[in-house]
Amino acid sequence: MSAPTTTPPRVIHASRPLATGRNGEMRPTALLFLLLLWFSLFVAFAVLITLLVTIFLTGQNKLSWNLITNFPSADPEEAGARPAILGSVWAIGTTAVLTLPLGIAAAVHLEEFADRKRWFNKFVELNVQNLAAVPSIVYGLLALAFLSMLGVTNKNIVIGGALALTLLILPVIIIATREAIRAVPREIRDGSLALGATPWQTTWRQVLPASVPGIATGSILALSRALGEAAPLLVLGALVYITFDPNGLLSGYTTLPIQIFNWTGRPQEGFHELAGATSILLLAVLILMNALAIFIRNKFQKRW
Amino acid sequence: MTTVSERTGGPATGRAPAPSASFAGRRRPGEFLIKLGLRVAAGITVITTVGILIALLIPSLSFFAEVPVLEFLFGTRWAPRFADASFGVLPLVTATLWTTVIALVVAVPFGLGAAILLAEYAKPRVRKILKPLLEILAGIPTVVYGFFALQFVQGTVLRDWLQLPTGAFSVLAAGLVMGVMIIPTIASIAEDAMSAVPSALRQGSAALGANRMQTTLRVVFPAALSGIVAAVVLGISRAVGETMIVAIAAGSQAQMVSNPLDQGQTMTGFIANAALGDSRVGSLEYNTLFAVGLLLFLITLLINFISIRFVRRFREAY
Repeated sequence: MSAPTTTPPRVIHASRPLATGRNGEMRPTALLFLLLLWFSLFVAFAVLITLLVTIFLTGQNKLSWNLITNFPSADPEEAGARPAILGSVWAIGTTAVLTLPLGIAAAVHLEEFADRKRWFNKFVELNVQNLAAVPSIVYGLLALAFLSMLGVTNKNIVIGGALALTLLILPVIIIATREAIRAVPREIRDGSLALGATPWQTTWRQVLPASVPGIATGSILALSRALGEAAPLLVLGALVYITFDPNGLLSGYTTLPIQIFNWTGRPQEGFHELAGATSILLLAVLILMNALAIFIRNKFQKRW
Repeated sequence: MTTVSERTGGPATGRAPAPSASFAGRRRPGEFLIKLGLRVAAGITVITTVGILIALLIPSLSFFAEVPVLEFLFGTRWAPRFADASFGVLPLVTATLWTTVIALVVAVPFGLGAAILLAEYAKPRVRKILKPLLEILAGIPTVVYGFFALQFVQGTVLRDWLQLPTGAFSVLAAGLVMGVMIIPTIASIAEDAMSAVPSALRQGSAALGANRMQTTLRVVFPAALSGIVAAVVLGISRAVGETMIVAIAAGSQAQMVSNPLDQGQTMTGFIANAALGDSRVGSLEYNTLFAVGLLLFLITLLINFISIRFVRRFREAY
């Protein structure tokens, strides 16, 4: 508010360029403001780098094949995360099988067939937005109540965890898929319909193939979120000592984030090193998944 | 096929072209079944919400049959497992408030700063590099953040370097790290909101002699305000619902937190911790989980509705 009132109306000298478009950009306040902006980004990156470095320094000693091949043990020198790795693969694989068809189908309905003016569809839309922001631990409680209702006593089973993770990432996949479908131009649909294809044929043969890159990117990101998630599984009792390979949907399991949580809570330094090493492993997998998602987006995404 | 060509012949006679939906009048059982399937899939999302409500409500009701609602909401002692059990939820709520406020103190200025830089200052090429880098922060598992908060922020920075009088856990360490985790959430939504402000407004401002800082603060920021508020509100909801960081770094002792260097148990921290002990289905301990879960769900639901309201407003603005 102060700048216009404090600067007196000046006579514009011929020597002062009028149209540089940079008037006042070099004022101290403007420079300070820009400095503060860069500082905020710097803080974020500084923390990111500190986090990665400290995790690496903590975990580097335990980064060996033992981590991948051994079972957990009371001796930190012997312990490994093999069941947790396999458990994560089982849980995320099951989640993918459950979520992808459901999420894509719901998104197709909302985007291609739903009449936006009907209250039901409006409600579904609002609902998806809301579900995306429900705390993950609430999904754990939901799965816990559901399994209790079915009379399941041992809730630490792969399908139970996958159920919680499915409900958790379903809204994420729906939102990503809707955006991918929306990016397909109208003309493609009109062209297909004009050639005599039915609405479903248009969706199945034109719209969906064109939006596969977007759907794949969104799905990989959603699954990577599920892979890093621990809270809902914790509620279902996944914090257990497992000394066998999970081998089915009803098998007991633990996952990488839960294993990290477990080792973090132990007093011995050796277990903290193991938690660090497991974190490195988890971060490496997540970075690979994200890189894959970005690669798919850049390589296959069509620009209309 | 003949019927189709006969019908498409219609528009040639000068009538307005019939919308493609008019073909839907034909019976296509397969098509109908597929659409029904899709609708069911969309309906499952509604079932999930209803399921959450029912799943939380039923055990909560039996909880409130034993513990009066007022005692739950306004009691200041939380000791559900002790012999003289007490179910005042305020200690959990204050701990949640502390971690949330600390997280926002970190996330709001830095998140908005990053958003302004990306939306108003950065060249497209720079932005293309910076934005994914910032989003890495959002992709790090919360359990790893928790480990970092406990080992480095609490153990090394607060205790060893700053020599602060604090124990093994503190709401400060958990809140600070949670704030960093939320920076990308706030930055990306606020950036979208500011990018949605038409550039005509910026040009008009520049034409009146304002520099970029003035344009940003007095033109773009107010115009994008509802989107920015929505970003902050979503940040609050993330902070309230975050579990692993507080479960690891904030401690597990439920007490009225009056100092950020104290430990405290948040609502999510309690649910995570209580779930570790194997509580029998239907017991008071089991029902307590759901009562706290219900409170948590209602708080975030309220926050989300506010956020959606604000987003609607900024979408309709231009």
